[in-house]
Order: sequence, then structure tokens, then C-alpha cells
Amino acid sequence: MTKAMTEPVAAPAPGKQKFRLARYQDLALVPVIVLLLVVGAVLSPIFLTPANLVAVLTQQSELSLLVLGQAMILVVGKMDLSLESTVGLAPALAVALIIPASSGGLDVGLAAWLALPLCLLIGVAIGGLNGFLILKVGLSGFMVTLGMLTMLRGLQLAITEGKSLIDVPESFLYLGSATWLGLPAAVWICVVCYAVGIFVLKYLRAGRSLYAIGGNSEAARAAGIRVDRVVWTVLVIGSVLAVVAGILMTGRLGSVAATQGEGMIFQVFAAAVIGGISLQGGKGTLFGALSGVLMLGLVEQILRLQGVSGFYIKASYGAVIILALIVTRFATGQKQE
Amino acid sequence: MGEFAAVARGVTKRFGRTLALDDVGIEVRAGESHALVGRNGAGKSTLVSILTGMRAPDAGEVAFFGEPAPPVADSAAWRRHVACVYQKATVVPELSVAENLFINRQDLGGGLIRWKKLRRRACELLETYDVAVHPDELVSALTVEQRQLVEIARALSIGSRFVILDEPTAQLDGPAIERLFDRMRSLQDKGVTFLFISHHLQEVYEVCQTVTVYRDARHVVTAPVSQMSKPDLIEAMTGEVGGLTVPSGDDRPSSAEEVLTVSSLSGDHFSDISLTATRGEVIGLAGSASSGKHEFAETVYGLRKPSAGSISVDGAPVRGGDVPAALEAGIGCVPRDRHHQGLVLDLSIAENATMSTAGTFVWPSAQRAAGSTAIASYDVKAAGPDQPVSDLSGGNQQKVVMARALAGDPSVLVLINPTAGVDVKSKESLLGVVDAQARRGKAAVVVSDELDDLRVCDRVLVLFHGRVVREFGRGWHDQELIAAIEGMSSE
Repeated sequence: MTKAMTEPVAAPAPGKQKFRLARYQDLALVPVIVLLLVVGAVLSPIFLTPANLVAVLTQQSELSLLVLGQAMILVVGKMDLSLESTVGLAPALAVALIIPASSGGLDVGLAAWLALPLCLLIGVAIGGLNGFLILKVGLSGFMVTLGMLTMLRGLQLAITEGKSLIDVPESFLYLGSATWLGLPAAVWICVVCYAVGIFVLKYLRAGRSLYAIGGNSEAARAAGIRVDRVVWTVLVIGSVLAVVAGILMTGRLGSVAATQGEGMIFQVFAAAVIGGISLQGGKGTLFGALSGVLMLGLVEQILRLQGVSGFYIKASYGAVIILALIVTRFATGQKQE
Repeated sequence: MGEFAAVARGVTKRFGRTLALDDVGIEVRAGESHALVGRNGAGKSTLVSILTGMRAPDAGEVAFFGEPAPPVADSAAWRRHVACVYQKATVVPELSVAENLFINRQDLGGGLIRWKKLRRRACELLETYDVAVHPDELVSALTVEQRQLVEIARALSIGSRFVILDEPTAQLDGPAIERLFDRMRSLQDKGVTFLFISHHLQEVYEVCQTVTVYRDARHVVTAPVSQMSKPDLIEAMTGEVGGLTVPSGDDRPSSAEEVLTVSSLSGDHFSDISLTATRGEVIGLAGSASSGKHEFAETVYGLRKPSAGSISVDGAPVRGGDVPAALEAGIGCVPRDRHHQGLVLDLSIAENATMSTAGTFVWPSAQRAAGSTAIASYDVKAAGPDQPVSDLSGGNQQKVVMARALAGDPSVLVLINPTAGVDVKSKESLLGVVDAQARRGKAAVVVSDELDDLRVCDRVLVLFHGRVVREFGRGWHDQELIAAIEGMSSE
């Protein structure tokens, strides 16, 4: 017998920890964000004012919740395209079940206080249904959620007959319009959600299992992780976060637009990938994803303050995302898959 | 003959700070089967990548049949000189055998693909090399053996007369290995040269004429196989005198206390198997690839659902088909394939080692400490617990899988191919762990094709077509065990 030990031996005392770049991969975008702040300040005197920065945060709060959900779903090795139509449908359906037909509702007449719980429940149902189709029936996640994306959007148009719902219960508008301790409630909600998410994915066994599943689901199963249960839970959480984003958006705008959330999914993926989340699963952190969101928000605000024409802002936004991907590619030194 | 099929001289290759090859060479005579052996990390794979034009060396030169090697960019020219059958398939699974044989030259030089002609040419090619595979079959439907033969036929059809076989036997069972060797011999008679890489030294003696040994990125020796005894060879590989020392465990204390009881268990590919293991007992399960031994072991660990029968640990029944329940009951497992089931390659050593046992909260410092303990306890060669397991050599990766299996201090260990694809030293240390764990009162079931793994066992059960056909106590002879595995039981 050679070096195989009979008893586990004490680990050698760790020497002085060497500085390892890999450990700080998370922070790769921080210098870019600082740079954007400097550029913004140079280009526009009002850029660094609290009002402007709070505006950026508020604008990005809804997107950031979607990115949070999508990032977890991507880490676990799946994707959910239907998040963006969940943003619209869940509030629309919940509100329609409460308001009378004269305001565009379904004339069911449920109590107004039910709006929020009902809306969250719809999110749970959508995520649960996605999970059922992907995990139990064994369908392609991409196609299922693409189908769901189209179906939910259509459903919203059918329910509201293509109109915005203006007669929204007061309780439903509160979160998106309230201010707590000087900051919009939406910003606080995002901060809390991210803080919880970052903690769970780093310090809880359940959170770490997301990386194991995304990295090698067979190995995760052999290690005793209940893979299907975890993936299902993550899909439900993703949908619920999308619903929360929808509630905040409704509150901010005061109504449920027929196109609420439309086109967001592209930004969601862009922010996640810029933030270092791998589309192949198993890689990336929520902090990274959050910095991706902030980076996009700052770029958008700089463009807006520069008075880029509305006709061009969409094109330039797409160009900026590709540029951001290139910058990130070299800032992190990692190929994006 | 005197001519060399392949020559490499003064080859040096660095990857960052690691020196993968340090001024090494190899001379492969035309028409011979030349073995390249060495421990994991000796530089074999790097040499293969240089000999096949996948990587350019930092220094040194390569020549085929006296001609200097083409530049790395000209992959077509490389393929005319040399072909390599890797452990990982280089065929496209969802395309037919015929198309794979002529991949990227499907038009046969004509501009348009004529499928009938392609199919006919594939038929001829398969016939020439006596490969019994239908050209319309999808490659994904082939066995590993058939797939390798298709790859060899493709290589030869391109015109290469020098074939590198990188651990071709790793995924084959006994009879298939014999058939591969027969084929190598007959191709050799036709003038084909082989460079053969394997961890099974016995195979080197069976099929090769010359052997080259690398150790720690350096060339150690090249000699005719007939002049190297097995201990000499092992000494050259490890740099230490004395061959493989597997703990036989003859003096392990025995106990009457039953830990694992499996009664009339049936499931995928096996039926009605009962066994009991007592504290300190190591039971070997042998059999061919189709014997059902893997499926049996995976069912005990809950990776598969049993169709009948029961499993209990320390008298308490374990829910079937439920890995968390098996872990809870005190069963630890080294699964069949470390890449497929054993490890999450991008995650750190610490995280992999603690994956089955982490509590609700995972504190990075505690996890790192557990990783360091695993590194020290199981002799893992690594920079530290934060290193991703993808950086480690095969033997060290397997030690991490072993660490994970043992992390929860289980009372029963199920080890499936625990030393597959690892070098001699790692094998010694892994089997040492098994022996040590048994001495601490654990029961172990070792499923393996390798006789060295079975030597650590107190008894060996041989499975054939899903049933236990023979049982050996200690002191079995290689021949009788192999005969029983092949179904030639002479009882």
C-alpha cells in the first residue's frame, strides 16, 4: 500500500492565497460600468445626478427581474422564451377577472384584493405547465416556450380584444408606483430579489445544485440531486419573477398595455450573456447578470440623453448590444457560447 | 525494412506554465505495432495531437516515411499521412456509415453527390476491410466496436498507412478486444503501421513489437517488447522499482455482521440476484459488458428502478430507484463513467467532492477545507481545492469521484469500473483506498473487468446474461476467472 490513507488526513495549512483572476471574473464588467459612468458624465452634465441614476435603475428594474429568472433557468441548462408574454398576460388576466365588462374585463367580478395573489398564481401555473411539458412529456424546451410565448401573447389580445386595461385596482398599482425611503419600491424589490438570489446560488445547497445540473445533469443525478424537481422549481420561480416584473410595469404605467413586455426577451438574453451567463448552462453568476443589466441601462440612457432620434434608437440599441458582447468577450477573456 | 513510418525528434510543447513535452522523440518502424505507454500526464495525448497535426510543436520536427510533415493548416495533407482513432468518436452520429466514410468528399470528386455510387463505394470499402456493417445504417446505431472499425476503414481509404489507436480497448469487452487485435495483426501483414496507446500493459505484450515509455513529459526508453519484462515496464513508467502492488486484503479482518442485503433483485438486464456483504467484506462482480453487472450495481445505488426484489442496509430497506434515499441509507457510489456521471467538469474539486453531502447551507470556506482534506486523503495531484476538475488528469479525476462517494462516510460502497482509464500509480492508490475502507468496517461491491481490481476482493461473483453463474473465493486463477466471464464455465 502506498499513499492511500486509512484516515482522512488534515489538509495542509493553506499558504498565502495567490491572487487568481478567475475568482474575480464576476467583477469583469465593473470597470466597464465605471467607464460608462465617466463617459456619461463627460457627455452630459446631468448624467451623474441622483435623479438621473435613479431613473436608470427604475427603468431597468423590470428587465432585471426577467434577467434574474432567465439567468437561473440558463444556469440550470434550459431557457424560457415565454417570460416576456408572461409579463403581459398575467396582469391582464388577473385584472380582467376583477373588472367589469364595461372596462374591458371578463365580468367575473372577483374581489379587487385578489388581483395580486391571482396574478402570482398565474405565474406559478405558467412555469409549472412549461416544466410539465419539458420534463414530464419530454418536449424541447426551446419549442415549448416559443409556443407558449406566442400562445400567451395571443391569449392576452383575445381577452382584452387588443385594448389596454385602464381600470386597474389600486392595490395592483401600488408596488410599481410607491416610493420607499426615497427610492422607488421597484428598485428595492429588485435589490432584495438579487440579494436573495445571489445568496441562494452561492451559499445554499439547493442553489449550488443549479450549477451541477447545468454542468452535467447525469452527474448531478448520480450525486443524489433531484434534477427534475430542481429544474421545475427554477422554471416556476422564473415565471413568478416575470409576473412581478409585469406588476411593477403595470403600476409604473398605470395600465396593462396589450403589448406589455413585447420584445423584452431579446434584451433579457443579451443582458444575461453580456453578464457572463453561458447559454449552454452551468456557468455564470447572478451578480454578473445584474451588471449586464446595468451596463445596458447606462448605454441606453447615454444614447437617450444624447438625443439620438427615436427612429434610430432601436437600431443603435441592437448595435450597442453586439458591441457590448464584443467588449465583454475581451473584458472577460472568455468565448461566449 | 529499415524505413520509419513516423519519426518525431526533439519535440517540445508548452501549455502556459506546464511543459507537456520536453525534448522527446519517437521512431515508429513501418509495418510494426508500436506501443506508447506512460502514466496519465506523461505527455502521450500531447504527442498524439502533434503527430496528427492538431497542434504544432514549439520545437522539434515530425516526418512520415522520410517526408517532413505538412504545415498544421493543411489538414487534408495530414490525413493522407496519419489517421487517429480517438477514445471520443470522430464520426457524425446522425449520418449514415456510407456518408461518414466519405465525409467531406461525398461527391467522390464529381461535384454533385451521387448517392447510389457513394453507397456502392462504401460497400466496397467495408468489404475490403471486412467490416460487417450496413452502409445505410446510422453511425449512432453502431456499437463502439463497429464505430472504431468504420473509423479505421475511413482512415485507410484516405490513403494513410499509419494509424494511431488512442486507448481503443477502453470501452470494449474481452471478445471485442480480441477481434480488434486479430484485425490489427492482419492489417499489419498488409503493411499498415500502428501506434497503440493503452493503459493495459498486457495488451502491449499481446499485440505490439516495440514499446516506448514516456514519463513526466520526457522520453524514458524505447525497446523491443520481448526485451521488457512487465516489472521493467512498470518501473520505466513510474520511476520506481517493483510492479503494481495491489493490496490483496488477505489479512483483512472478517465479521459476521451483515451490512448490505440484496434479495432476489431483478431489473434492467439482470434477474433474481441475491447477495449479502458483511462488514469489511469486498465483493467483486465480473462479467462481460452484456452480463448485467453494471445495471445491477446501478440499481443498488438507485440510478435504476428495480422490477422486483429488495435492498437493505443495516437491516433497513432502501427505496428502489431513488439516489437520495440510497445516500441517506449509507450507500456511496463511484458511477460507471466519470465524464458522463461522475463529475461536473467545470466545477471545482471542492464542489464536486462535496456534492452529495453538502448541508442546506454551503459555506465556501468549509467547502474549500473539505476539498483540501479530500485532496490530501486521496492523494489527488492538484493545485488546490478551487481548481476545476477539468484541469486534472484522468487518474486524479477518478480520485475526486472516489472522494465524493466516500464523503458521506457510507457503510456500503458501490464501485463501478473504479480504475477505468487511470494509470498504474493511481490504480494502486485507488485500490488502496478500497482496502483501507474495508478495514474500517465498510462493505464494498466492486464491478470491474480488470483482474487487478478483483484481486482486492474477498470473493468474486461472475454474472452471465443477468444471472450469477459462478462464485470464486480468494486465490482464483486468471484463466478460470476469464473462462467463467466468457461463459465457458467448466464447473
